[in-house]
Amino acid sequence: MSDESMKKTVIVAAAVCIVCSLLVSTAEVNLREFRFKNKKLDRIRNILKAAELPSGRDEAFRVYDERVRPVLVDLRSGKPVPRSDFNDVLNIDSFDIRRIADDSKYGRSIPEGRDISGLSRVPGYMPIYFILEGEEVRSIVFPVYGRGLWSTMYGFIALDRDVKTIRGFTIYDHGETPGLGGEVDNPRWKRSWKGKQAFDEAGNLRISVVKGAVDASRPDAPYHIEGLSGATLTTQGLNGMVRFWLGENGYSTLIQGLREDVHGYL
Amino acid sequence: MGIYKKTLLAPVFQENPIGVQILGICSALAVTTKLETAFVMCVAVIFVTAFSSLTISLVRGQIPGSIRIIVEMTVIASLVIIVDEFLQAFAYEMSKQLSVFVGLIITNCIVLGRAEAVALKKPPGISFVDGIGNGLGYSVMLLAVAFFRELLGSGRLFGYPVLLSQSTGGWYPPNGLFLLAPSGFIIVGLLIWALRTWKPDLQEEEE
Repeated sequence: MSDESMKKTVIVAAAVCIVCSLLVSTAEVNLREFRFKNKKLDRIRNILKAAELPSGRDEAFRVYDERVRPVLVDLRSGKPVPRSDFNDVLNIDSFDIRRIADDSKYGRSIPEGRDISGLSRVPGYMPIYFILEGEEVRSIVFPVYGRGLWSTMYGFIALDRDVKTIRGFTIYDHGETPGLGGEVDNPRWKRSWKGKQAFDEAGNLRISVVKGAVDASRPDAPYHIEGLSGATLTTQGLNGMVRFWLGENGYSTLIQGLREDVHGYL
Repeated sequence: MGIYKKTLLAPVFQENPIGVQILGICSALAVTTKLETAFVMCVAVIFVTAFSSLTISLVRGQIPGSIRIIVEMTVIASLVIIVDEFLQAFAYEMSKQLSVFVGLIITNCIVLGRAEAVALKKPPGISFVDGIGNGLGYSVMLLAVAFFRELLGSGRLFGYPVLLSQSTGGWYPPNGLFLLAPSGFIIVGLLIWALRTWKPDLQEEEE
């Protein structure tokens, strides 16, 4: 061990800090592009998965460009936000759910007693994704998120162009217990969402994620998703998340608008 | 046995950091539900222990005693951030699964323990090998725990179905306990018992 003089201590401390910060920032700057690309690719692949489009690593960007049309929507009015109104914070290309939710201007608090998703603050704007078949809209992908047991779960739900039938569901980010709540990743379980009805004929929100098996003979079976066994709280979280986002504090105004004229949004 | 070989191999069983010194337990519980995540975690820890010991040993003559822990932590933290950035850049799926636990290597007692016990006193070569050895010792335990947890908890090994679980149409009813942290404790405990039975000199004298 070397001498303890004040001068030496300060010099060593400064030198260590400078060398380490140089190393860390070099890694950060040089790898930033890869990381952004990975994040974007991951998000895009999950949109494609929810929409049942090919989502392979090599084809994802191409399929996305060809088939997906993102639109930023004001959730209060249910109207699309034109590109000319985008700014540094509100921008579909760099949309960050957490940042917008915390933003004093673009985020909003959920009214007391209505917070079934456990989020307390959510964005007032959301990007939605139109999946095109030629010129026609085939389905619409909505981002959804909510509290599970341990973590906030982020995902997408795809609705058919009738804006009632579920085409797909996926969770792309969560920290639930592997093997229990973590089974939100299970492809078999995700497929169980397909063909379920989110709304009834009158347009009322009916979908729910229930505990235990769904009895297919019951008339409300098309509205029920079988929850994850051994993961009651994650199941409740999924239920709250889907019902919140498809409900009155989520996309309901937008969904009204989409039912009237889907192509007006493109 | 050469000194290098001994330094490399002793921590694998005889002085195993988890099994004998009972260090680094937290991550041994957190990332062992699957072999795949455990494996990547092991590589990350081997890298960090080896290079932090090497770096600290190289500058050991210059570090004033009063700030030595801070200097060690700075070096370790920098290496961990670099590993995390590499994972995010080149193994994104994996880094998502490991989430905070890569960052928590910083607080893994094994890393700081080796820096304090060896790197501050011994030359760079031996410190580096000691770092690798301890990383390997950690890995052996981690992979053993993950082997049992993944096999019994989800019927798979490295993600490949071995025991076909009932949820995919097979016969095996997966044991959910093995997916929860307490099972990690139980398996680590059983492994320590096995290790002490195999090497009786690890047992303390009865008082």
